[in-house]
Amino acid sequence: MTSLKSVVESLLFVADTPLTLDRLCSILEEHDRRDISDTVAELLAEYGEGTRGIYLAEVAGGWQLRSRPENADYLRRLNRSRPYRFSNSSLETLAIVAYRQPITRAEVEYLRGVDSGGVLKTLLEKKMLRILGKKDIPGRPLIYGTSREFLEAFNLKDLASLPTLKEVQELTARDLLEQQEELPLPGLNVNSKE
Amino acid sequence: MTVASPADIILFPDSYQTVYTIRTEAFEGPFDLLLHLIKKNEVDIYNIPIAAITRQYLDYLDVMQELNLDIAGDFLVMASTLIQIKSRMLLPLPPDEEIGEEDLEDPRAELVRRLLEYQKYREAAVSLAQRELLGRDTFVRDFAAPELAEIEPEQERLEVELFELIEAFRRVLATVPEQTFHEVGAEGLSIADRINELLLLLQGTDAAVFENLFIGSATREQVIITFLAILELCRLNMVRLAQARSFGSILVIPTLLDAAAEAVTEEDLDRDFA
Repeated sequence: MTSLKSVVESLLFVADTPLTLDRLCSILEEHDRRDISDTVAELLAEYGEGTRGIYLAEVAGGWQLRSRPENADYLRRLNRSRPYRFSNSSLETLAIVAYRQPITRAEVEYLRGVDSGGVLKTLLEKKMLRILGKKDIPGRPLIYGTSREFLEAFNLKDLASLPTLKEVQELTARDLLEQQEELPLPGLNVNSKE
Repeated sequence: MTVASPADIILFPDSYQTVYTIRTEAFEGPFDLLLHLIKKNEVDIYNIPIAAITRQYLDYLDVMQELNLDIAGDFLVMASTLIQIKSRMLLPLPPDEEIGEEDLEDPRAELVRRLLEYQKYREAAVSLAQRELLGRDTFVRDFAAPELAEIEPEQERLEVELFELIEAFRRVLATVPEQTFHEVGAEGLSIADRINELLLLLQGTDAAVFENLFIGSATREQVIITFLAILELCRLNMVRLAQARSFGSILVIPTLLDAAAEAVTEEDLDRDFA
């Protein structure tokens, strides 16, 4: 009989997206949820020892086998596809959406001080952002948020694991944007429509 | 600050365009330029010498305008804000009884708040870029094992070419009977209405066959509206078109979660990406 650990490892190896605990449990229905979660923890520890070329990354609410970042130079020679490239304006916009979502285009532009329609569109096309719905204010503007692909691309477990913003002393802004609540953390379920 | 030298202009006929691109990369926007000036002059962000900074800011704008007139839109708004702040600082405060809280605040406070807020996100952007990026620092296997691909042919979807989409549309259009009589009266179906109908139809399904979305579209006009609605949905990234195999039926795959499957109006479509 094959061990649960070997099964989970195989699943992680073959899966093309990060596998969540829920997904693993639905595949391995004959096993206990706790056993599966313990098994993943074991694998995490084993891959974490750092002797192998791959490690188990905790991304987008699940786990995915990834190559070690130290080996990136060699892998780039292997991989002919162009790497993800983000312009400064893309990164700026992504950061604002990531920390302030759900957010409208007007709010992004207020924070950046420049027209951001083009950048938002590009980020939507790259699937880094998604439309969460429409805001219940005059004009019903679209609300943007980050996607699962964003978490995957930036090696983030969930939105709560975004690096904390450097707090600005004293003059913590209290302006028209402050009407929004705290960031919708944690996790991916930020489908709020306001 | 470099300006295109004559040599550049001879070498590259569209050097204005080239310089323009470099410039926008250097400064993402007015905040970026202002922060740069504040840093360069080593002044306290809480106590910005507005006159000096504004003068330098306008000098930058001058050079930018020499290169390309269009780029200064957002920058000009900031220039007028700076000048307004300066004039408010110069004006005496109104008589006592009229002083509200707003008037007592340093005219620069609002600008400083926004600059600091912007700086916060700019730093966040830098730290995002320093993470172990997928496809740059860390890689995943991006292919399905061949044997699995055979078991699950659906996994191997081909993206639909424009030509095939038009072919499919022609096929649908051909099934609509030629109308031989003259009809009076407007049909009143808009693309936005049809988009909402389609979204309802697609809700909860994995994919729908392209042709099936035309069921119930009896007239040529309705067929065309349905087709335009599908294109619009595509453009908004709300559906994806794919084929399981070459020349197979075209599948319309909803890409949005239920939260966004809310009514979409024509203004929505144009407003953000006009």
